[in-house]
Amino acid sequence: MRTSAHLRIGDQPWVKWSLITLALSLVTLLLLVPLFAIFAQAFSGGLESYIANVTDRFTLHAIGLTLFVAALTVPINLVFGVFLAWLVTRFEFPGRKLLITLIDIPFAVSPVVAGLLYLLLYGSNGWIGSRLMDHDIQLMFSWPGILMVTVFVTCPFVARELIPLMQQQGKEEEEAGVTLGASGWQLFRRITLPNIQWALIYGVVLTNARAVGEFGAVSVVSGNIRGETNTLPLHVELLYQDYNVVGAFASSSLLAGIALLTLFVKSFVEWRQARQRHALNEEEI
Amino acid sequence: MKTFKKAKSIVAAIVLGLGVSQVQASDQSLLNSSYDIARELFASYNEHFAQYWQEKTGQTVEIRQSHGGSSRQAQAIIEGLRADVVTFNQVTDIDILHQRGKLVPADWREQLPNASSPYYSTMAYLVREGNPKNIQNWDDLAHEDVSSVFPNPKTSGNGRYTYLAAYGYAQQAFPEDQDAIDSFVRTFLNRVAVFDTGGRGATTTFVERGIGDVLITFESEVNNILAEFPDQNFEVVVPKVSFLAEFPVAVVERHAQRNGNLELARAYLEELYSEDAQRLLAGFNYRVHNEVVQQEFSEQFPEVELLTIEQIAGSWDSAMEVHFASGGKLDQLQRR
Repeated sequence: MRTSAHLRIGDQPWVKWSLITLALSLVTLLLLVPLFAIFAQAFSGGLESYIANVTDRFTLHAIGLTLFVAALTVPINLVFGVFLAWLVTRFEFPGRKLLITLIDIPFAVSPVVAGLLYLLLYGSNGWIGSRLMDHDIQLMFSWPGILMVTVFVTCPFVARELIPLMQQQGKEEEEAGVTLGASGWQLFRRITLPNIQWALIYGVVLTNARAVGEFGAVSVVSGNIRGETNTLPLHVELLYQDYNVVGAFASSSLLAGIALLTLFVKSFVEWRQARQRHALNEEEI
Repeated sequence: MKTFKKAKSIVAAIVLGLGVSQVQASDQSLLNSSYDIARELFASYNEHFAQYWQEKTGQTVEIRQSHGGSSRQAQAIIEGLRADVVTFNQVTDIDILHQRGKLVPADWREQLPNASSPYYSTMAYLVREGNPKNIQNWDDLAHEDVSSVFPNPKTSGNGRYTYLAAYGYAQQAFPEDQDAIDSFVRTFLNRVAVFDTGGRGATTTFVERGIGDVLITFESEVNNILAEFPDQNFEVVVPKVSFLAEFPVAVVERHAQRNGNLELARAYLEELYSEDAQRLLAGFNYRVHNEVVQQEFSEQFPEVELLTIEQIAGSWDSAMEVHFASGGKLDQLQRR
């Protein structure tokens, strides 16, 4: 057994090194070079032109709108995700499995289709939108519409992070809490939340990253009004179409910066999570 | 818990910030839905108009701009985007506002001079330094050693104009000879190296990937490209015959009325025909109707015989049906 295991293809040094080379060159070509190119292009007109582009009135508004939508999306999906995960891991009810499957719909549907769906429902010809129109309420082509599709597109992240963890942890600790007379809120704050907090933060990081970068769904419902409904990703496209390449890449560099920041936070959270799991395992032993 | 509190205060700060930034300082506000490459043009015109309006009425006005592919812009207006005026680059996209939602009157083309098209352009060529293939007119594009780049007529208005220009040229060159016309256009389409989905993509193909001997696009657009890639020393060639590309405008009456902007919206479009505005438009490389301005810019715009859609295909409706519908003339001629 030992000798045959020793001869497995993967153990041969040349396989190992060619795989490593392949992986590294792919990462370089597909990730590092484009990332570098973004910043190179953004600064190709010098620092001054970079600053001028970033502090442009419309760019600033796009940044504000993007952060605003993300700042509303995250808490909404945080609450929604925790409730959902709590519901499907702590209770048994008919349709539970179906619900778990349904959570993934926003991942399965193309964002553009999601945007069109909202437009068909809430647009002025849609059957909800036309009724709202009678009361002079406009959701599409204004920030509430952008918020709605962003929430839709990002709603699975938190729940998806929590469900496996909460399933794995089981409900023994909470049941113990109940027997000791804890209220629902106490249970959540003292037992559930500490157990899930790192997974929760991880979910929030992912939600935030996607909310900031979402293009497809938002582009359908935005209406592209500059200084009003133009988010940062849409702004990048607009500047590019407009032959303002430096401006487009300057805005892209902001998005890339947010992505890098997200990546660092994510790595940190993963590290904390691993430590927590490690501690949990030791306790069990 | 501390983090949540912090997050809450950040949200509050951003909400406040955004709220403050959206406070309207102007007396009136108008939304102009426009095509995707007109940002700087209207940024400049809006400044002119705001000043004109203030002098005339004493009121300040803020013009908000929405830019995108004009077919998608039309779709958004039908779905509820409350634009007061449209300034598009395709007649069919305003027609659809009437057909699908009665948002503009049926006779919108008669509401303003020159068929409601305050400025126009035509299809021109951008060739490589020194024009090595000596490309001057449409027949040069059918030569065996020439490869051209323009957007796909199926997906892009820009591409449709180019197709129609070549077709119109062939109609002139081979009068009454449908076989010869078809055969010319077939060869012309065969010489296309890459069909991108839009004008910007075609530019990238020609300039950055170095494909093709000639890029065909709007004359107004060619100068943008020259300015963006000054070191490539491209040259502009305007063929002797080309297509009249209209840039139609209309008041979206249903919306303007609802927004209480009808008078302002009309004035906004009418002012486009004033001498000052026409000069401004010519500065952005669009051809204009005002004779004084035409004189001033005569060197910039070489003489060209412009064929209208009526001459080539009767009307836009029939052009769409005969040429661009699925299985239409374009599909037949493209079959290799």
